[in-house]
Amino acid sequence: MIRYVTRRLIQMVFLFLVFLTVTWFLLYILPGDSVALKYAGNPNIPPQAREVAMERLGLDKPVLIQFRDYMFNFFQGDLGVSFNQYPRPVVDIIAERLPRTLVLFLAALVTYYWAGFVAGKYLAWRRGNRGEMLITVSGVGLYSMFLPFFALMLIWLFSVQLGLLPLSKFLDPEQWRDAPFMANQVFMRLFWVTLAGGIAMFGASFFALRTRSRRLERGLKWGGFVLAAVWILFYWWGTESGQAMRVYAGDIGFHMILPVLTLTLIAFAGVMLLTRSSMLETLREDYILTARAKGLPEGMVRDRHAARTALLPVVTSLVLAVATVIDGGVITEAVFSWPGMGEILISSVLSEDIPVAVGAFSFIGIMALVGHFVVDVLYGLLDPRIRVTEHG
Amino acid sequence: MTNIPPETRTEDPMVSEEISRDVDSWWKIRLALTRRSFRDNWKIFRRNKIGVLGLVIIAFWGIMAVMPTIFFATGFWSPAVYDPVTGLELDPPTRTMTMVERITDPNTEIDQRAVLLDGRIPDTLRVGDTFELPLQPAPPDGRHWLGTDPLGRDILSQLMHGARASFFLGILAAVVTVVIATTIGSMAAYFGGIVDAALMRLADLLIMIPGVAILIVIGAVFTFQLWHLAVVIGILSGFGGTAIVLKSQALAVKVKPFIDAARVAGGSARHIIFYHLIPNVMPLSVLYMMFTVTAAIQSEAILSFLGILNTDTSWGLMMNLARTQGYLLQVADFWWLTIPPGLAVTVLSAAFFLVGRGMDEIVNPRLRRR
Repeated sequence: MIRYVTRRLIQMVFLFLVFLTVTWFLLYILPGDSVALKYAGNPNIPPQAREVAMERLGLDKPVLIQFRDYMFNFFQGDLGVSFNQYPRPVVDIIAERLPRTLVLFLAALVTYYWAGFVAGKYLAWRRGNRGEMLITVSGVGLYSMFLPFFALMLIWLFSVQLGLLPLSKFLDPEQWRDAPFMANQVFMRLFWVTLAGGIAMFGASFFALRTRSRRLERGLKWGGFVLAAVWILFYWWGTESGQAMRVYAGDIGFHMILPVLTLTLIAFAGVMLLTRSSMLETLREDYILTARAKGLPEGMVRDRHAARTALLPVVTSLVLAVATVIDGGVITEAVFSWPGMGEILISSVLSEDIPVAVGAFSFIGIMALVGHFVVDVLYGLLDPRIRVTEHG
Repeated sequence: MTNIPPETRTEDPMVSEEISRDVDSWWKIRLALTRRSFRDNWKIFRRNKIGVLGLVIIAFWGIMAVMPTIFFATGFWSPAVYDPVTGLELDPPTRTMTMVERITDPNTEIDQRAVLLDGRIPDTLRVGDTFELPLQPAPPDGRHWLGTDPLGRDILSQLMHGARASFFLGILAAVVTVVIATTIGSMAAYFGGIVDAALMRLADLLIMIPGVAILIVIGAVFTFQLWHLAVVIGILSGFGGTAIVLKSQALAVKVKPFIDAARVAGGSARHIIFYHLIPNVMPLSVLYMMFTVTAAIQSEAILSFLGILNTDTSWGLMMNLARTQGYLLQVADFWWLTIPPGLAVTVLSAAFFLVGRGMDEIVNPRLRRR
């Protein structure tokens, strides 16, 4: 396992280098003069100043030297300087944006995967001809819903008509006017607390699958849920720092509902349909018949015998889902003006802020790579058949 | 052959007769076989209501895409008014308004209402006067069945032309994908070794990269035309996910005895790949064509919604116009600006997906109802 993980890590680094190289050349080289135009094409700037600016940005050097410098600097944590927000380093912008995106993606990913799996499981179990077509059609309809349109309808319904939820952005500036924290501090805290709760839940349900007694399993599952809930409540109400941040964290959470709901509803149908068909295939296996013949309770056959096997293709699809969630996230961020990585990618690309665009895109690539890696390791843990051996 | 269900395995007497009549011309046999498999598959497909529903929707949009040509040719629509790009309704419906009160911004001392309406209110108006204000995003009426957009162009005409663009894009992207993916997949499966490893690592990389993000980046570098986008999507998906799926199918075909037979008979690698492997992978690749169409339509709509694509008419562009002109959130008042294009994208891409699912049962016999 360790060897497999190291090999995958080396592969990841290599893939990332390829990815970064391609991105850099694509963005730095092809637009030709646009960098110069952006910066020094302004007729009000005298040629000398233009030359100085070009020199300071390193744009006068040969391409390969520029590339070499960029790569060296990249791994020292220097991604250059933004053109639009001039003296501000790109790293700074990304450090500001990344937590916001991570929180949004993680919340959406967890919600929709869980909801989709559970819904698919029950749908397959209660397979009837009535309503089946309706479910498939509405599932496919949701899945291929045009995201900006769907987001728009949700915004219109919940914010404009009902006035329940905020229109866009990630916080309410009025409330934050004399906040003693930076928004990102709250974000990071929110991220870690939720992650800890999520891990508790995941761990409990993981052990629940390993137990033999059904009662213990159920206990563990609910126990994990309750534990996570208690932990979150305790943190925000019990501890001092939690109490101080509670209001602000609540505000961010409030703004997060609609984007997460959009992402969840769109992606959820895909997981549901996949789980359903994978479950239907599993239900045809002989061991399901055996389990039934043994007189095991229905819930046990469904959850322990069928759903566990049916989970595997669904987890495989997580590999693809990582890319889908990032894609969906980029669009969702654009529609909701959620100031995360996707939004900065689009705005920097549209305004030809090349260093920021390369930085944002490479970090989106890193997110995809890491997500992919986590899913692969998870898959190895779940499926004993592909567990990697020492000489594999 | 285990994957033919019992009811289709029975020899069709008519076809056998057809075949035995002209044994000497191989293409007739091929044709008869193709016809028979098409008929059988259609029978299976028809049983699945989901696929048929998708097909009906696609047919509907297909008709929509052809309509403007007929309308323009018969003179029902005059290009000056109904052209999706340059058309202009010169005589829009007007709303009669009465001046109630002039509002002046105390800070700037500019007449606010005059500014808001592009100064279309003459200065001579006094309180109590009535005047006619032309409505430019006009609601549906007899002349414009779906109303007009803020620039005075017919929405229905744009919708129809958008359908045409979507079909063109989706089908081109799907064809590019399938041509690349079948070739790549079959080659990787047939040669194995280093070819396989290289091609599959490339596919792994492409699968991981979020497609919309990379299209945004590429769109920033090149000025994208519609067909550029189609080719790029085709390449990304052809070298990526689709190639992996088709390769695994090709691997399953490769171990069949007839491949060995072909090799023993002296078939070259090219011959075996193009005459034996690819035809057997084809059904699955047609299935993936449908999914590529869905993805292509969605990507196009998103890119033009964000204003990155360089096209004349598309559904995403219609939403983009509504967005940039500020009508996006006024869904109740200006529904014809956002709902038709948004629904169109959703419905057409869902239709291709539904057809794909219907075809899934043909290609993947394990799913068939027993």
